[in-house]
Amino acid sequence: MLSLQRILTAALTFTVWAGQAHALEVKTAVLRVDYPKVLPISRLDHPVDDLGFAGAVLANEDNRTTGSFLGMEFSAEFVAAPAGEASDAMAKLLADGYDQVIVMANAEDTLSLADQAGDGVLVVNALARETALRDDQCRANLLHVVPSNAMLADTVTQFAMWKKWDRWFLIYGSNPEDTALAEDYRRSAKKFGAKLVEEREFEDTGGSRRTDTGHVLVQRQIPVFTQDARAHDVVIAADASEVFANYLPFHTWEPRPVMGSGGLRPVTIHPAHEAWGATQFHTRFEKLTKRFVREQDYQAWLALRVIGEAVIRTSSNDVAVLRNYILGDAFELAAFKGQKVTFRDWNGQLRQPVLLSDGRITISVSPQEGYLHQRSLLDSLGLDKPESRCTAFN
Amino acid sequence: MKTIVTALGLSCLMAPAAMANKVYVSNEKGNTISVIDSETWDVVDTFHGGNRPRGITISPDGKHLYVCASDDDTVRVFDAVTYEELWTLPSGPDPELFVLHPSGNPLYIANEDDNLVTVVDTASHTVVAEIPVGVEPEGMAISPDTKYVVNTSETTNMAHFIDTSDYKIKHNVLVDQRPRYALYTDDGSKLFISSEIGGTISVIDPNAEGGPKTTTKITFEVPGVQPEWLQPVGMKVTSDNKWLFVALGPANRIAVIDVDQNEVVDYILVGQRVWQLAFTPDQKFLITTNGNSNDITIIDVDAKKAIKSVQVGEQPWGVVVAPD
Repeated sequence: MLSLQRILTAALTFTVWAGQAHALEVKTAVLRVDYPKVLPISRLDHPVDDLGFAGAVLANEDNRTTGSFLGMEFSAEFVAAPAGEASDAMAKLLADGYDQVIVMANAEDTLSLADQAGDGVLVVNALARETALRDDQCRANLLHVVPSNAMLADTVTQFAMWKKWDRWFLIYGSNPEDTALAEDYRRSAKKFGAKLVEEREFEDTGGSRRTDTGHVLVQRQIPVFTQDARAHDVVIAADASEVFANYLPFHTWEPRPVMGSGGLRPVTIHPAHEAWGATQFHTRFEKLTKRFVREQDYQAWLALRVIGEAVIRTSSNDVAVLRNYILGDAFELAAFKGQKVTFRDWNGQLRQPVLLSDGRITISVSPQEGYLHQRSLLDSLGLDKPESRCTAFN
Repeated sequence: MKTIVTALGLSCLMAPAAMANKVYVSNEKGNTISVIDSETWDVVDTFHGGNRPRGITISPDGKHLYVCASDDDTVRVFDAVTYEELWTLPSGPDPELFVLHPSGNPLYIANEDDNLVTVVDTASHTVVAEIPVGVEPEGMAISPDTKYVVNTSETTNMAHFIDTSDYKIKHNVLVDQRPRYALYTDDGSKLFISSEIGGTISVIDPNAEGGPKTTTKITFEVPGVQPEWLQPVGMKVTSDNKWLFVALGPANRIAVIDVDQNEVVDYILVGQRVWQLAFTPDQKFLITTNGNSNDITIIDVDAKKAIKSVQVGEQPWGVVVAPD
């Protein structure tokens, strides 16, 4: 009798699932824009074809597993568009009915793609770090899972201040994205009380990043470049274009640690990061891709998990419902960072702890102990509500 | 000072009545098992527990100690008296938590890496079944009538109810972020799921009409502690079903919950990053593992007070007490 009841329950449960399966289909697109780039300084950072997509595939599988218990059908479409063809790719996705699009592009393209998509489409930025996108350039239909440069700079600054390294030698690149990043470090220094005792620009003269036995030249150039700086505790590198920051550690004239774009770097994930269950994330990712995770992969994973979580909790695939839920108080997501990640409702930025890595292990995680905030400790990183000039979310 | 006086007073009172049981603590970083005497609270032995020992349990007859050696991808079985390793059980990769059938067989293991619950026959040492569950299975509980094994999945955020007769999932209940631990009351009327990142305990009626339902969620609040650090993990409930004790991880506290009212009545300060809990068989004492202070805290259950801390190995994780 009991077993019969159990079988009936099972049958009923199955029916309910099957019924729902037809009810809720969730289709998300991931649009990556590929730009012509010179090879990076380190061979370890060579481009991979499935960059970002791999993380999205994993998130889609995670969502699908949960969906299988709830009668939801998650699927993802992946599009890699060469620079200049991003708009056409977006147009096709919109024509195909996609209203949730993860975008992995530079700041300029991210904005134009969000504008092209329009209000009825939820766009999630998984790559562009420019603070302006969360500030006066924000868009109501554009959420950001990738931390802003302001958050990344604050991550570095809080650690520097914890170490009492408050005299900074700032070295920034000559490209516009480098000078913008330098400005994030200046703002951050002011916010937490660090002093910029010296600033220098490292000119991007073009050419390749590496040459045979190039280290010989680097070993001579960098000490000379950093010579005669005012007394400083730490070198801060603002090198968004990845031209020189990796050359700085150990080569500076004074024996000082390097942080920022080189040395100790703020990152969203690192393959050696193990705390808070991250090992399981890596294991799943490595099984799927046969390689280590990169930041872009984790960010794409986050973006799809944010959407998945909103769908699972609201049982809806309506973009307006999802956006409201994501920006609301009820939204929370576990993301292997030791505390829930949530969204800032004033600019659509995901609050999150940021790791500091030397490229081998996790050295520290910001926010650092002692930086308090009335709303969330995580709001000590990046543009706080009164600082952000974003009005699109009002 | 006050605590010490109380501690001395209590241990004097308790000492003659208490029966000594061995307390086994797995030390995740030290790769050891610390053995503590529950009468003197002295560490009486330490032995190698495999690589990264975490989940730990003991057979109902008190003879066999089961340890999830996570970095060895196996469950190590030790003689609970001689500490000799007897054999290993096929667990699947990275076993973390498990639950033993009250009869001593089988053992239900959560495999975080494979989205599986593995059922292992503890007599024949073979895998009986593998049940696909949600992403990152973690918490494991068995209903007192042994009809259901409950598994929680940390990324799927669900409690899966697995029928022990056919190993099929019969129900799924969505809970808050990163569910870590599952626990039934002894009368089987309530099921608690702790959500570490969500910061809640879901109280589930497992016998509700139409399948298990969440009846309420318990939240935590400690003045002076950031809400982010109130992360419920390990739990134990008294056999009279009245008091639920919850380890709050980095908040360094045990929450005491009135089960009838679903309300926190007290917070007991213990060591740092408190993780798992175990009662002595008489339920007079509750032992907590404190991962970041390398000690265990002994709580007087009736008084709901911490009476003693004992240094163990590096990063204590799990704890089990030998039966009488």
